[in-house]
Formats: sequence, structure tokens, C-alpha cells
Amino acid sequence: MAVITYRQALHDTLREEMLADENVFLIGEEIGVFEGSYKITAGLLDEFGHKRVRDTPIAEEGFVGAAVGAAMLGLRPVVELMTINFSLLALDQIVNHAAKIYGMFGGQCSAPMVLRTPGGGGQQLGATHSQNIELYYAFVPGLKVVAPSTPADAKALLKAAIADNDPVLFLENLALYNTKGEVPDEVAPAEIGKAGVVREGSDITVIGYSRMATVATQVADRLQQEEGISAEVVDLRSLRPLDRETIVESVRKTGCAVIAEDDWLTYGVGAEIAASISDGAFDYLDAPVRRVAAAEVPLPYAKPLERAALPSADSLTTAVHQTLEAVGHRR
Amino acid sequence: MAETATRTKPAGSGSKSRRGGSRSGGSRSQQRRGNTALGSESPETLREYFRQMTLIRRFEERAAQGYTQAKVGGYCHLNLGEEATVVGLMSSLRGSDYLFTNYREHGYAIAKGIEPGRVMAELYGRTTGTSKGLGGSMHMFDTQAGLLGGYGIVGGQLPLATGAALAIDYRGGDQVVMCQMGDGTTNIGAFHESMNIAALWNLPVVFVVVNNHLGMGTTVEMASAESELYKRAVAYRMHGERVDGNDVVAVNEAATRLVEHARGTGEPAMLEAVSHRMKGHSVVDPAKYRSSEDAEAARAADPVAAFRARLIAEGVLDEDGAAEIEKAVQADVDAAVAFADDSPHPDPSTLFDYTYATPVANDSRRLPADPVF
Amino acid sequence: MTEIHMPRLSDTMEEGVISAWRKRVGDQINRGDVVADIETDKAVMELEAYDEGVLEKILVGEGETVPIGTPIGLLGDGSGSAAEAGPSTSAAPAPEAEESGQDDTSASSEQSGMGTATRPEPSRDGTSTGTGQRPKASPLARAIAREKGVDLSTVTGTGPGGRIIRVDVEAAAERNQGTASPAPSATPAAAPAQQEDPDVEEIPLSNIRRVTAKRLTESKQQAPHFYLTSAVDVTDLVAFRADLNERLRASGGPKVSVNDLVVKACATALRANPSVNVSYRDEKLFRHKRIHLGVAVALDSGLVVPVVRDADRKSVSEIAVEGKEKAERAREGKLKPDEMTGSTFSVSNLGMFGIEEFSAVINPPEAAILAVGATREEVQVRDGEFVARKMLRITLSADHRAVDGAVGAVFMQQLTSLLEDPIRIIA
Repeated sequence: MAVITYRQALHDTLREEMLADENVFLIGEEIGVFEGSYKITAGLLDEFGHKRVRDTPIAEEGFVGAAVGAAMLGLRPVVELMTINFSLLALDQIVNHAAKIYGMFGGQCSAPMVLRTPGGGGQQLGATHSQNIELYYAFVPGLKVVAPSTPADAKALLKAAIADNDPVLFLENLALYNTKGEVPDEVAPAEIGKAGVVREGSDITVIGYSRMATVATQVADRLQQEEGISAEVVDLRSLRPLDRETIVESVRKTGCAVIAEDDWLTYGVGAEIAASISDGAFDYLDAPVRRVAAAEVPLPYAKPLERAALPSADSLTTAVHQTLEAVGHRR
Repeated sequence: MAETATRTKPAGSGSKSRRGGSRSGGSRSQQRRGNTALGSESPETLREYFRQMTLIRRFEERAAQGYTQAKVGGYCHLNLGEEATVVGLMSSLRGSDYLFTNYREHGYAIAKGIEPGRVMAELYGRTTGTSKGLGGSMHMFDTQAGLLGGYGIVGGQLPLATGAALAIDYRGGDQVVMCQMGDGTTNIGAFHESMNIAALWNLPVVFVVVNNHLGMGTTVEMASAESELYKRAVAYRMHGERVDGNDVVAVNEAATRLVEHARGTGEPAMLEAVSHRMKGHSVVDPAKYRSSEDAEAARAADPVAAFRARLIAEGVLDEDGAAEIEKAVQADVDAAVAFADDSPHPDPSTLFDYTYATPVANDSRRLPADPVF
Repeated sequence: MTEIHMPRLSDTMEEGVISAWRKRVGDQINRGDVVADIETDKAVMELEAYDEGVLEKILVGEGETVPIGTPIGLLGDGSGSAAEAGPSTSAAPAPEAEESGQDDTSASSEQSGMGTATRPEPSRDGTSTGTGQRPKASPLARAIAREKGVDLSTVTGTGPGGRIIRVDVEAAAERNQGTASPAPSATPAAAPAQQEDPDVEEIPLSNIRRVTAKRLTESKQQAPHFYLTSAVDVTDLVAFRADLNERLRASGGPKVSVNDLVVKACATALRANPSVNVSYRDEKLFRHKRIHLGVAVALDSGLVVPVVRDADRKSVSEIAVEGKEKAERAREGKLKPDEMTGSTFSVSNLGMFGIEEFSAVINPPEAAILAVGATREEVQVRDGEFVARKMLRITLSADHRAVDGAVGAVFMQQLTSLLEDPIRIIA
């Protein structure tokens, strides 16, 4: 058991998988000579050479599509998209091609590939570089979308994604790269499509993924210590498929829920979760499901505006308090 | 006759080994015209070209008929008028070579070696179709035949084809990828990104532009600043050339040269085959935007009729021999239709069979009226 | 003779107009000739001939609209025979439609529990239906009110905007108990225990269990049960079944269980005793003309009772096949609601657990249910001798409002004699 960063967990897993399987190779912008925009791939070019760590031109559609084509012939490309914002340049190859190869051709061929990409705002990167648009991919049958929040999950889910025969969008987050956590020496691949109850509680359910799952856990810990509130935290881990059972089971127990998401509220991931709770836990709800989500603006550069627009531990705490008030907690 | 741009290299002379060979640094574009002499091809080969061209012609006519009978659904784009290009290209490939096409693909599927019955069954949406009825006219696939897909999105197949060539290169294989597209595709971003990547990484892929003068109703001149499309290869230091797409022998000669060069050196190339679309963009298009002269020119250039006349004139075939081939082809097409018609529709219970290659927890299998819980 | 049909010429086209005939009757037509101009919903298209021949008859004139697939003209050899023969069908052959593959029961099969048609009515929420005012209450508060028999119109909400929330209903339920109000359905006295006792956990109720609880409570409260038990000598029945299965196996038939034979025997006995095949409802007695037998199946989520319809008219092997199939689907939660409703008599069997005998709660609106125990070898006295016989105990629970003791006893007597002389079961 070691305590390492999320970045280190990704780096180590990529290296291990490349050592284990000759067919695994990395492809993306600035991943080799530059060692990756966020240094996930540092040192791998030296170790594996240009064939397995392939720097590309700035041509997202071209190189994502090339990865799909290579995957169709049995290689296992792990693509790095510098940020999820740039994935829009490759939308056609991801949605119209990677996601369709298996189904559209009657199961004759699949595209075993991973698209690693970070989302997230809060670094004053402005409107085009701060988005959380994983929903675009989570919407598409044929794709799988996973979103680890801890170093251990990052490792287990990346292993699973690389081993999977379908295209997997692997969502990272700029704010998580430096976070630390315990990672066992031997990590088994995670089961894609499963959420986790990362903290048990009985008063309220808080549901999050990626950065907001860690925020939810911190908030829950503090509420327990300072106010004796018992919040259960569900980390989605997988956005497609979505583990509705785990969400609903928790809400049936607690009777109320707050969803924490970094994306915009309208049509966001939280909307789907709230609808699922209505489907599966209607008779167990003692208050409306609340969503804590980003303000619906192109994210501004100036720090006070950016801070005001993004969900945080404070905004989540407020929503939890209001929801507990609504169910007469401790009355 | 040959137009050349920038520096030249001897395409087809590739003695350089694929791996480790440095890029030649040369690129040229050229235009070839004309009736290539038949001399280099054996009479058997020429007759087989004629048979395949006739097969595609009759098949496409029956596909159109199937559409009017509502046996064929969706969009339906035909290779009518492009038979010489299709057969010339496909006869340049080995069985192990890979083909990516756009959505105008029925003829390619047949000429790449798929049973016409399975192609028709796909149009009919039956389980025996090339994609088990899940793809339709635009999305045929056959691993055995090396058809790695027809693609409905303009330009979508180019990055994939480049990636397939990357996989071949990665493993040191000797296959070549051919990537077919229409003239309109040369204006989309994926075209430029893929041409650049293929040349940059020295990948064994031959990009073939089928220039039938029209992208739906838009002429090449209306859409492309450089309307001599093969010249676009120059920008990527790639060899580019143009060939008469109505001449099956010329197409085969040019394609074979470029495919074998790619096999030998790993260098990509671009081939532009100029032909005519005899009908509308798809079977539902009356092509009213075409001038009567243009339509007449397309009719007059009919590559199947022209090749038939040429084979008879040069003594490769006589009238009886041609009629015999036509009769046999007709029987093949009838059999294909019967096969398709007799094949089962997919059962709705199989709806979720091909969403994921690796089964996954919590995969939704609900039908529209099913409750989520 | 060849028909020319109105073609489909666009992806959205359903019918077309002949805007012009380009050939006239008597004209020779070659493949590829333009025969007519067709106006679709999008454009005027040329209809090209796929066949050769002489246009002998025009069936649809210019300006007329017909659905795709309708014959619009006839091609022949020029002799006129095609025109005489006419089109094969006057009506338009529908273009090959998609088969409507799915069955129409897409919705919630697992939600209806016991074999009764009624569902909890909305007014059961506790709202007083007279006022028309639906109190604002959370779904959880409504669910608890339903369960505890709290009338929401008497509860004051303390949630946001006066919404009635869980704590309000729980407080009201406690008050009700304190005042010993004659609650219509008794609530367990130890209700609050769930909150305090860490050794007790609440298990969320499945729908099946919720409905079962409600209906069986009603049954036991409203229907005065009486019980008749018979000891049946099934030595012959067991042998008969073994023999029957041997024969069925040889002919590829299904395997028949003792319970299948009991079900069939019940159906036969009910046919002979229609006074048991009845229902008592709203102070009225109804006699069922058809015999539909419910066969109870235990699931983790509760009890379901698939129904074998017209069991008296089915053979034992038909009952075996149908019962097995329905029980399997019940386990998968795939029974349709109408496969669990409408039974007129039920059989419940706990013999596989070694239960010697038991009495079952009547499954309303039925008037009786048969409880079947395990077959055991016992010492019996026959003609003054001790003999080992296979014995089975069956217990009829009957609703005394609908069935008298003697009527039930005659039914049991006949059922016993059928089971002891099993050839008559299949007679």
C-alpha cells in the first residue's frame, strides 16, 4: 500500500499496461517529447520509443480516428486528448465511428480503445478550456464513460478500460491530478458500470463523480464531525452505464438526495440521476431531489466570477442543510 | 498527357523496403488519360472485368427496384456509371488488403468478394446480410473479404483507414489499405488531417477519390478551389494522379502501381478516378439540377456498354459470349434477390446483442415503454 | 402479364400521383424506358420500367393518387390477355411492413402481486376524497400514511410550504395509537422500534409483498375461514405418476408432478361441486362458470399465484407444462398481470419442504384454497393388518360466507376418492 497522486497512479498504470501488452500504445498531442501537458506520460517515450508513444499533429479528428482504425485491427490505443474541450474536434470520430463500429456492423469488429481526457474548471482557463462536457459522451450507447475520483479508482478503472473491447472515455479532472490517496500494491481492474457507496450514512444521500465525488466525501466527513449528520456518499465512477440500483438503494434508505456535479444543471448528468431517483425511489422521497451544479454561463476568466459559477464544498453543504431542513431532520 | 507538380519520384519503382526506408521526399501529381491498350491483360481477366461490371450494373438496377418495392429502406446510393472504377480498383487489391469506402459501396462490396446475395440481404435488412441487417446500404462490413466498412458520414472513413494502415505498420504487415471517397470529401477537415498524418508517418494507404463531377447536386467547381483534385496531394508531399475512371484497364493499372508501391515502401498515394454518375445522388433524387447535356454525356460515357463494345471490337468477346455472360449475371442477381427475400428478418429479441463487445454491468436493456424501475 | 406498381420514390413517401403517363396503351416498353412521371411528396420523379412488354392497360389515370405498391398499369405480350386478366388484387398490397415484433405488454409485469385485479386506489393515500383538496405531502409521507392508515387531511405539514413530511405522519400515527382510535387496519404495536433498536433493520417492502400483505390481511379479517383436513392414501397415485412419466418420457412428453395431479383432480372435483367454485363479494354470492386454478409460487420477493385457466378442460400434461412455464416466468418477474388474476380456486403446496399439513389463507375473491402437504410413508391398518402406505394430507380452507361445511366436506370426499383412484383423474 502506497500513498501516491492521481497523476502517478495514471502514469504507473499506463506503464504497467504497456509492459504487459505489446498492442497497447499511447497516441496524442505532446505526450512524448513534451511529456504530456499534465505530465501523465512523463518518461514513457524514453522507455518505450516513438512507436508506442506517438506524438501527433494538432488534428484531433485525424488522430482519434486513426486510433479507432488501429483498434479495429486489434491494437489497443490509449489516446490522450489534451482536455475534454478539444474532444469536440473529434466528436464525429468518437460518436459516429468509435461508438458505432461494433453495433453497426453486426458485431464483426470492435474498437478496443481508451480516450483519456481531463475536464474541469477553476484554473482561470476561460470559457473554452474549462468545460465539463462528459455528458455528450455519456449520452451515446456504444461508448462507456468512466470517471474515477481517487488514485486507487483511477488505477482500477484505467486497467479495466484498457482491457475492455469497447471504446471507453476515461474522464480525468485537472483538480484531481495532484490529489493523493492510498493505492494497494496489487490493484484488480474495476467493474465498469458500477457505482460505489464510498461513505455510509442514514440521513441523506449525496451523489457525485470525479472531482465532485471527492468534494462530497469531504463535506460528508465534516458534517459528521461538526454536526453529527450522517450523509451517505455515492461515487458514480461510471456515467455509462449508469448504476441506478446503487443510487436508488441509497435514496430508499435515506429518503432524500443531493447531487453534486461540475457540469451545467440543465440537461446535465444530475438531471438523469434525479429522474432515476423518481423512477426507483418515488415513494421513499421526503423532499425534492436537489442538484448542485455549475452556473449556466460561459465560464468567465476573472477569479471572483469563476468562483461564483462553480460548485464547491460550501455550495454543496448549503444544499445538504436545506434538504435536511426540508425533511425535518432532528425535529 | 501527364501533368506533374513539384518534384517527382518514380512511383511504382519502389524497391525500397517499407521499414527503415527513408521517405523519398518527392511528390508528384500527374494526369493520365485515355484508352490504355488492352494488351497487358489476359482475355480471361478482361472478360472477368466485364462480368463484374455487368454484375454491378444489374445488381444496382435491382437494388433500385427493391427500393421502389419498399424492400430496401433508408438511403440507397448506387454505383451506376462507376462500374469501371469499382472493378479496376478492386482488382488491384490482394485478398488480404483492406478497403474502407463511403456509402456508395454496393459494387465495392461485391467486387471485393462478398456474395451478391449477402449484399442484397443487407439492403433488405436481413440477418444474412453483410452486417446482419444492422448496417444497411451505407454500412456494410466483412472481415473475411477485408471490407472494413462502408461509412455514411462524409470523410469519416479517412481517419479510420489511416489508423488501419498505422496498425499494419505497427505490426510490420504487408497489407495495404485502400480508402475510397467521393469528390466532395476532399473539402472536409478529416481529408486534410488524414492525408497529412498518412504522409507524415509513412503509412501504406492509397486514397482514391471517385470524381463523378457531383457532390449531391454541387459540382466540383462549385465546391473546390482546386478542382483538379489529385493536385491536393502535393500539399502533403504525396504522390497524386488522375485516371480515366471509365476505363477499367487504366484504373487497374494505376491502382495496382500505387498499391504495390505502398506495399513496398509504406508510402501513401492519392488516385483520382474521373467518371460519371448515371443517376441521381441516391435513388430518390431525380437529378433535375443536371443539364440535359450533362445527363446525356453521362449516358454516352456508359462504361459497361463501352467496354463491351471494345472487347467485341478487339476480338476478346463475341456477341454470343457477351450475351452468355449477361445471362449468367442476370441469374446471379436473381439468385441474390431470392436469397435476400427468403432470409429472415432480425428478431426484436436480438435488439441488444451488439451494443457492447465486452458485456458490462447495468447496461440498459429497456424498450421505449418499459419502466426504468 | 406483369404489373407496374406505384413505386416508393422517397424515404417519406406513402402515396403518389401519376402526373403524366409517358407511354400509351399499346406502346412497346423496354427496360429503362420512362413510363410515367410520378409526383411524390418531394418531387416529380420518372418511373422507369423494370420489365419489358407492351403496355396493355392503364389502371390509374393521370392526376390520381394511390398508395405505393398499387398496380397502376399492366404489361403484356401485346395480345391483350393481360388487360383481360386484370390486376392480381384490386387492393393495394401494403409495402412490406415491419413486423410488430414486441408483444404489447411492455410495462410492469412484476408489479401486480396476488391474483386479484384490483390495485390500491389513489384515495388510499389517506386524502379525504370528498374535499377534492389533495394535501401537499412528500411521496414518503404518503407511503407511510398509507401503511399506517393515517388520514393526511388531518395532518399538519411542517415541511417547506406546509408540505407533510415523514415526521409529521409518524407523529400523527403515534397520536392515533394513543387515542386508541379504531384504525381500520391494525398497525403493529412495535412500530417505533425500527428507529431505536440497532439490532433491527428495516427491509424495504417489494410491491409483491406489499400487495400480498394487504390482500391476505383483508382475507383473514373479512372471510371467516374454516378448515377440513383429509388424509389421502396416495400409494397408487405415486405409482401411477411414475408410470405416467415413464410413458410420457418415451413419447417426449413433459414430466408430471404430484401437484399437477392434485391440481387436475381439484379442477375435476370443482366441476362436480360448482358450489365451491364461488366468490362472496359485497354481500353477494357469485358462481364461476369456468374453473381457473391458481398455483402458488414462493419467490424471494413474496408470493405470486400464476393462473392455469380452464384447468378442468386441460390434460394433466398440459397443466404440467403450463404450470412449470408460468412458475419460471414468475421467478423472472415476467408474468403478465392477466396471468396472475382471475383464479377461482387455489392450490398451495409446501410438501417439498417436508411440511406434513398446514392451512392456507384464502386468496380473495376465491372462496377456498387447498393446502397440500408432503407425501409420507405411514403405517396404516387395512383389513386388520398393518401395512405401509404413502399418505398425503390435504387441508381445505373455505370462506364460510360462501361455502358451508357440508359442501366443503363433499368436495373433499370426492377429491380424496379421485386421488386414491388416480386413473379417474385423467379419465
